Parts: sequence; structure tokens; C-alpha cells
Amino acid sequence: MKKPSLPAYNFAYLDEQTKRMIRRAILKAIAIPGYQVPFASREMPMPYGWGTGGVQVTASILGPDDVLKVIDQGADDTTNAVSIRDFFAKVADVATTTRTTDATIIQTRHRIPETPLTQGQIIVYQVPIPEPLRFLEPRETETRVMHALEEYGLVHVKLYEDIAQHGHIATTYAYPVKVEGRYVMDPSPIPKFDNPKMHRSPALQLFGAGREKRIYALPPFTNVISLDFEDHPFKVQRFESRCALCDAQDVYMDEVITDDRGGRMFVCSDTDHCETRRSEGYQGAGLPQHGAAKADWEAAQ
Amino acid sequence: MAGTTLLDGGFTAPVFQSQAVFRLVMNAMAKPGRIVDLGHAVQPPSPLEPAAAAFLATHADYDTPVWFEDSGADAAASWLTFHTGAAVTKDPATATFAALSKDSPVSGWQNFAMGCLSYPDQSATLLLPVESLRDGTPLTIRGPGIETVSVIAPRGLPDGFTETMASNAAGYPLGFDLLLISGSELLALPRTTRLVEA
Amino acid sequence: MYVAVKGGETAISNAHRLMADRRRGDRNVPALSVEQIVNQLSLGVDRVMAEGSLYDPELAAMAVRQARGDLIEAIFLLRAYRTTLPRFSNALPIDTNRMHIERRVSATFKDIPGGQLLGPTFDYTHRLIDPSMAGDEAVADPVKRERPTDESCPRVTDLLDGQGLIEADVPSNDDPGDLTREAIAYPVGRDIRLQALTRGDEGFLLALGYSTQRGYGRTHPFVGEIRIGMVDVEVDVPELGFAVCIGAIRVTECQMVSQFKGSTDTPPRFTRGYGLVFGQSERKAMAMSLVDRALRSDEFNEQRLAPAQDEEFVLEHCDNVQATGFVEHLKLPHYVDFQAELELLRTLRREAEIASADTPMSEAAE
Repeated sequence: MKKPSLPAYNFAYLDEQTKRMIRRAILKAIAIPGYQVPFASREMPMPYGWGTGGVQVTASILGPDDVLKVIDQGADDTTNAVSIRDFFAKVADVATTTRTTDATIIQTRHRIPETPLTQGQIIVYQVPIPEPLRFLEPRETETRVMHALEEYGLVHVKLYEDIAQHGHIATTYAYPVKVEGRYVMDPSPIPKFDNPKMHRSPALQLFGAGREKRIYALPPFTNVISLDFEDHPFKVQRFESRCALCDAQDVYMDEVITDDRGGRMFVCSDTDHCETRRSEGYQGAGLPQHGAAKADWEAAQ
Repeated sequence: MAGTTLLDGGFTAPVFQSQAVFRLVMNAMAKPGRIVDLGHAVQPPSPLEPAAAAFLATHADYDTPVWFEDSGADAAASWLTFHTGAAVTKDPATATFAALSKDSPVSGWQNFAMGCLSYPDQSATLLLPVESLRDGTPLTIRGPGIETVSVIAPRGLPDGFTETMASNAAGYPLGFDLLLISGSELLALPRTTRLVEA
Repeated sequence: MYVAVKGGETAISNAHRLMADRRRGDRNVPALSVEQIVNQLSLGVDRVMAEGSLYDPELAAMAVRQARGDLIEAIFLLRAYRTTLPRFSNALPIDTNRMHIERRVSATFKDIPGGQLLGPTFDYTHRLIDPSMAGDEAVADPVKRERPTDESCPRVTDLLDGQGLIEADVPSNDDPGDLTREAIAYPVGRDIRLQALTRGDEGFLLALGYSTQRGYGRTHPFVGEIRIGMVDVEVDVPELGFAVCIGAIRVTECQMVSQFKGSTDTPPRFTRGYGLVFGQSERKAMAMSLVDRALRSDEFNEQRLAPAQDEEFVLEHCDNVQATGFVEHLKLPHYVDFQAELELLRTLRREAEIASADTPMSEAAE
């Protein structure tokens, strides 16, 4: 029996023809901000839904001089972020970093770093469902017409139904935005806390949806407005607690459960931001902020 | 020596050279009006200018028909087909990329694909060679990618340029995307960019 | 003092090491060879090739072994490899009329030119676990027939077509689309549909095909013919001016003869559903032909009411590599979004508590 021919891969994994196809899609995406450009997404060596769109975009733009940061849930050390970073270190021999300020390309899932992005930086979002209208209308044939005709009434109806039912807009992440007054766009499942960071960001923002085969983009300084109503203006989440590690406030937090008696504490979701603050001397209490454990600690003081 | 034969003048290290060119073009598209220098990694036959050739060598292949406006572009067209596999089309409406001539009559630009409302991305990218990107009459531009306003000063624009660009911007999201080329330099004016009174 | 969780890298590498250990299992048991899998688990290998859309039994067998027998994982491995392969040329359409037939059955006619040939089938086996399979008992050589040199096995559908009783097969010189190379836009052509179905998940197509039999898009199907065997793959060589054979592949073809249609212009005739898959997989080819026919409802002015008739629904969900990725991605961390929901839920509950505290007793008692 013949020995199976064993694989050899190109720089950044993708073949050049695929990169060209994706690069053309990226240029069109930049020219039509917020419009989802269809592209012939490839099978990647990681599962669909695990960042294949972001990985294809990153692989198509990445060069030997880039410094890559990969985050998932704001953290550099979540397993999927580690896995994707290792993939690029292996197939592109690219320098990697956890420091937001040192990165030329940041691939992210579900967060925008707390440290403001700067001109020249590129942020690549992994997108599961790029179509902001998909949960209102499951058919691509229909949603395409809605975008073509700027028929976005349904989104407002959905948001307003939430207000009627709950007294609040019940969309807390993947909160739809309108780009340059034209396209309604899914910002990927970032918490709405991060939405304002997209508006007129000096960085180039690229979005890749592998399974759904779409690429879209926001050039720097693009107007990105979260949908809202005059009587219910868009508001972001605000955490009452400070970070238990670095004492930061007005950042997005992870809630950590510390015991089975309601013990909870909050820490920065953005690990680089938290570590940087701690290296600068900021320090949190490092102790539960809620529940019985908090009372125990206070009693002990 | 400029590559005048079919076989010469392509990328010598296509993976990295095309990546470098793409990144410069992407930056140019993301920051309309910003001049980028694509260098001399390719040496095309005339009348293809180095930046146009570098752009096409990076982005064209057998999926992207290219249209040449210049009647004397046979050598350049053959060179491009040899190095990229791109088909040369006689029909501007089918072109993904159009290599315009200097002083290209703007009245012909309406023949290029502008996309449709369902697929505005199915539209052409035009490469227009000009005398210079730097010392012409200043034009103020604004739009996505530009913080407030930016000024470009290309010299040798065809007659009717500003009107054509205004109607292109007015057709948004349909429209063409334009790259101005001079030597190895390029600046981008995507359809979102608006020329404004200074 | 709380310390943030770290160590993703070590955890991943340890997990993979453990997985490799489990894959190999007891080291005293000989390792499976690729040859063993190709030869003895060949239908599993066939499924991996079919849904991986790459015909390479050895690579598929390697993938099955690497995936510990998880066929969807093996399909995924093959697909991820396939996508990196350069394309040299498009083969000419294979001609199943010239198949070296291993099995051929028709449910529509008792006897047909070339005859019915049962071939290597599970049909009519009694599904009893065979104690002799516990060991490695000798297996008798198969009975072989003389291959008649002038054997002709015309397709049953061609025989019907000769009498004008079934819609004609319309040849096309158009290059078929390729959904792995182009972004697809709905509605798609039948070429893209058939490509999606032949790569599609066997279980999903089986269930959809089954649903059409139970009335969700009924098509009155009859198996005109199923044939399994080897067909030559030929490519045109422009320099030579003729096509050369580059090898042979095993395929299963199913021609489903379905609900007749007619109009004022044309007398009624049967319609077709078509299934073709790599390797030996009758179940998949049959299910595919049922779903293909159901998806043609617009062509025959049939009302589209059932899931199997809904092109976007079927094509967007038939790919098991996409489906498994997205279903399984739910196990990735989602705590940022969950936190957003948690904050909102706490707010809503706080407001509800305040509201109920404000409610007068008389109303609360109702």
C-alpha cells in the first residue's frame, strides 16, 4: 500500500489563492462599511464556530513583521485564545504578545480591550452569526432584501417589544449598531458595554464569520451608533463593584463565585488591562465582595 | 531594467511581497487620501505603472477579469495573464479591475459594474494613472477612514472628475472604488469618500 | 487572596497528551494499521471520503484512526486537509453507464437488461451478532461470475426515457459551481444543491428523506435503480487533444423515479431524484435522491411546505462539520455575554421586587 502523501502548509496556512480571495473581500468590506461581503470561506483546522472567520481574516492580512495578540472573553490565557495564538506562532512564525499596546493585530472573541486602540492597529473580530436580522428572520433571501432596501423597522420593533415586556431593552450583547447611517450591523457578541468603543475608533476593525461565510469591516473613524429610542436611550452596563485584583472601575468584569454561600467577587475581564494596572501598583482587596464570605471577612476585621 | 518580456518582472517572493502590497493597499483603502508606496517588487511592461502592476499582481487571478483601457496594452495584458492567470476582458461591465489610461474619459466609467443593492460588493475597482499624487490642485475629502477632513492634490485628473466622484458617492452603497496611481505610489478613494468644497 | 486562573497552555498540552493515550489504549494490544481500517472498516472509510469530499481511502483511514472512530471528527480532518490542496484540473463527468458494476438493483422492474446483481449487501442478512466474528475465523472466497465481454447494463431511467415516460436527462456543458470555492447565493442551481447533499450529513439526509416518505413533501418514490461499482475518472489534456484516465473510484448511484407530472403542453411523465456518493453507501445515495427530488418542488409547481423542500433550510444545515462546530462551540467560554445577561436579570428582578412591594395588599391577595 502506498504511503499517504503527508501535508505541507503555506505561510499562515492558507494558500495564496484563498488569501487573494479574502483580501479582495476585505477591500470591498472597507469600501462598504457594515455591509457583509460574502466570501468562499475555507475549512480551517479548527471547528466552525471557534474562530474560523477571524482566523481566515488574520491569516490573510498577517505578515512577518506583525505582533499578534489573541483574546477570548477579554483574556489572553483562555484556552481557545491560547490555541489560536499557538496556531499562528506555528504556521506563520509571528511574534505574539499579550500587551494591547504592543500588538499590531488583535484577534478577539467577545471583547474589545479596555485600553483604547490606536491608529495603525487592526482588530479582527470572530463572528458567529454576522446577520443582525437573523433572529428576526431566519432566511438569508429575506434579510438580504431588508438590507438592500434599508428595511430595519423589525429590529426596532424587537427592541421595543423588550421595553414593553421588561421595561428595558433586553439585548445585552451582540447589540445591533448602525454604520454611517446606512447598514445595521452585528458587532459580534461583545457586551453592549463595548459598543461605544467601536464608534470612531482610530483602529481598523475587521469582522470574519467563517461558517456563515461573511466578512465586514469598519474603517477608522467610522460612525457606529447603537440603535435606541428617544425615550429609551442606549446605555451600557455599569458595574458597582471594583476589580478585586486591580481596583479598576468602569471596566467590564467577570464574576467569580468563591463559595457556595453566595460568595462572589468581580475581576477585570481584560486580563492585560488588569495586569498592567497591578504592575503600576494598583491593588484590589482580593476578597469576596458579596455573600456570607464578605460578612465573615468584615466581622473578622 | 524594466521587465519587458512576458516571463520577467513578477514577484520574486510572492507570498511575502504580495502580503506587503496588500497591507499597504488595505491601509490606503482604510485611510482614503493617504499615499502609500508599493515599491518596485514587480516590473511590468508599459503602460502599466508599477503601483498598478503591484496591485494587480497581488489581487488579480482567474476569478477576476481585468479590463485595459489603453489600446497599446497588449504586452501588459499578456504579462498580467501570465503572472496571475487573470483573464483580460473586452467588456468593461464584466471587469473586477480596470486599468484606466491617463486622461481616461469619465463618461465611460458608468459602464463598470457598480454592484446591485443586494450585492453592492459586486463592483469594479478602477486604477487611474495620474501625473502626480502630490502637486496638483488641493481637494478636500471626508468620509469613513478620515478623522475630520483630509486633503489630496493629484495632478492630471481627467475632466469631469469631481462631478463623477460626486455622483459615485451619491449612489452609495453602489459604486466603484478608485485608486489613483503615480509611479509606485497609490492613494485610494473608495465610494464612501466625498470630495467637499475646501 | 484570589489569584486569576492561568495555565491554559499547560492544560491544553496535557489534555492532548491524555487524549493520545486514550486513543492508543492498552499498549499490549497491537495498534490498528491503516490497511486494517481500509480493508475491514471500509464503509466507515467510505462515509468519511463521501462527506469529507476527498477520495483517498488511506488518508480517510488515517483520519478515522486519529479520530478514535469518531467519523464526523474524521470527516473534519479530511476536509481541513482537502481545503489546502491545489486544483490541477476538473475531471470530465464520470459515466456511470460504463461502471464496473458490483451491485445493481431495481425496484421498478423484475428483470432488466444486464440483470439484477445483489453484490456485497447487508440486505437479507439476519441481524444476529455472529459469534464467529469474535475471533478471526477463515472467510470463504467469494463466488465470482465470468464478466461477459459484451455486457450492457443500461440505466433503468434511460430505458424509461427511451419511451418518454420520465423527464429527460438534460446534458449541460456548463461548468458546475463549487460551494467550497464560491460564496453561494440563494436560490442556487441543482449543481450546487447536489454538491451540498453529497457532502451532507448522512443522518440529516436520512431523516429528511424519511420525512418525505411520511408526508412532509411526499414524492411517491420508486427506486429505479441503485448501482455500485468502479468508474473511471478522466481528465482532458489539452496538449494531447484527448482525455486520459487518471484512476478509478467507487461510487454509489441512486436514481429515484418519482411523482409524475404533466402540463397542457407535455403529457405526464415521471420525475427524477438523484443521488451519487463516493464509496459504497446506499443509504446516503437513496436519502440524497429523495431530498434532491423534494428540493425540486419549484420546478414542478409543487407547494413548498415541508422542511425537505426548503432549499435554504436543507443546505444551511446539512453540513455536519459546520453543525458540529457551532453546536459544540457552546462549550467555549461565554462568561462575558452571560455576565451581561446576569446583570440585566438582576436588574429586572430588583425592579420586580420593588414593584411588588409597592403593590397594595388587596391586589396582591388576588
